[in-house]
Amino acid sequence: MSERPVSRRRVVVTGMGIISPVGNDIATAWDNILNGISGIGQVTHFDATAYATRIAGQVRGFDPAQWMPPKDVKKMDPFIHYGIAAGTQALRDSGLEVTEANAPRIGVAVGAGIGGLNTIEDTSIELHEKGPRRVSPFFVPSSIINMVSGHLSIMFGLKGPNIACVTACTTATHNIGLAMRMIQYGDADVMLAGGAEFATTGTAMAGFCSAKAMSTRNDEPTKASRPWDKDRDGFVLSDGAGVLMLEEYEHARARGAKVYAELVGFGMSGDAYHITAPSEGGEGAARCMQAALDDAGVKPTEVQYINAHGTSTPLGDLGEVMAAKKVFGEHAYKLAMSSTKSTTGHLLGAAGGVEAIFTILALRDQVLPPTINLDEPSEGCDLDFVPHTARKADLTVAISNSFGFGGTNGTLVFRRH
Amino acid sequence: MSTIEERVKKIVIEQLGVKEDEVTANASFVDDLGADSLDTVELVMALEEEFETEIPDEEAEKITTVQQAVDYIKAHTKD
Repeated sequence: MSERPVSRRRVVVTGMGIISPVGNDIATAWDNILNGISGIGQVTHFDATAYATRIAGQVRGFDPAQWMPPKDVKKMDPFIHYGIAAGTQALRDSGLEVTEANAPRIGVAVGAGIGGLNTIEDTSIELHEKGPRRVSPFFVPSSIINMVSGHLSIMFGLKGPNIACVTACTTATHNIGLAMRMIQYGDADVMLAGGAEFATTGTAMAGFCSAKAMSTRNDEPTKASRPWDKDRDGFVLSDGAGVLMLEEYEHARARGAKVYAELVGFGMSGDAYHITAPSEGGEGAARCMQAALDDAGVKPTEVQYINAHGTSTPLGDLGEVMAAKKVFGEHAYKLAMSSTKSTTGHLLGAAGGVEAIFTILALRDQVLPPTINLDEPSEGCDLDFVPHTARKADLTVAISNSFGFGGTNGTLVFRRH
Repeated sequence: MSTIEERVKKIVIEQLGVKEDEVTANASFVDDLGADSLDTVELVMALEEEFETEIPDEEAEKITTVQQAVDYIKAHTKD
């Protein structure tokens, strides 16, 4: 373990916001997760007839005009709508009042894995059919990835660091971890951090289909995402956003803020292996989890719950199990590891955000969210995956994993407060 | 068939998200209707589309009010 600064500012979670296939507020989403009510259904927002995969986890019942002036709605890709809504929820939930004095100490770090793809597709067609003079002046600001952070800053006057880290499916986890570092280092006292995504669009769906990465269980959408099950056949693509309000501990305490949990550790690693496949035996994932535990000063045996990356792909799920065994040894069989993606599908760059939320709520409510659809674990998948139903448990320390294309990994460690 | 005035007004309402009674003849897009520089570019593009005409950039810059838009369209379209 490398040397760490002796005195480090502590970081706690004081607000949360979510837009997802299982609900557009924290209470609804958590209720559906605990009851194992899948958010996956047929693709309805474009004609997916010709696609091998015709199911996805779409956001439903969401009106962007509730979260921003109606005239601004058309100037943003849906991923920005989702990010603004989740970020606004988190800020409101924290009860923090933004003032002239504290504004420069409040920042935003909300990214996306792919970003404004829907807008890029539409604009490409427009350019092809009508020429460059027909391309909207809002094309670039409505599609680039850092615009969730930009809009939240503009809307609420948040004048601290404003960034958007982009690391595929690890995006939100990295944004949360890096935001934690900024607070620890002293760049900010408060950070809104997470991810947003709207990638259930034609080109992304087609690309993932061609890569044979997605489930083709089109007739049973709610059973398609089945991490560790022997019949799993790929992930299910989903949309949404998950954002945390991170706050320096003394800052939160001074204003009597409600504290959900403490964010005690963050680890990262690179696989140095393959653009889409996980490294042999989950080697990169193992180093990532170990780095996070070292950062937190937490012993492997203290971890009681892992919210897995667990996307329901044959290779990825097995790799994560092997990684857990590497890091936790015998204790891997005592802790619980579940995948809430079984219920939500895979939100790509937003996944780490919504999963950090579920990890925190597991600590708060002392309950393990289930892995639904896990009827029969495949060979080598022999940990306690909390199949089918939620379960009460004494939880103090829980971690959340994210692994992304390019071989980019991130792990967050939360402690009950 | 709507008049040019009505069609321009409708586009301004749609593009800038303003109320009908705000769109008076002398209303300035920037000063009265809350448009920024990008909004005005998109507004001109919408007018070009609606009236099937092309407004050169140097002409577009002079169109700052509802009336100026109506006058330009009247002078440069056949109907």
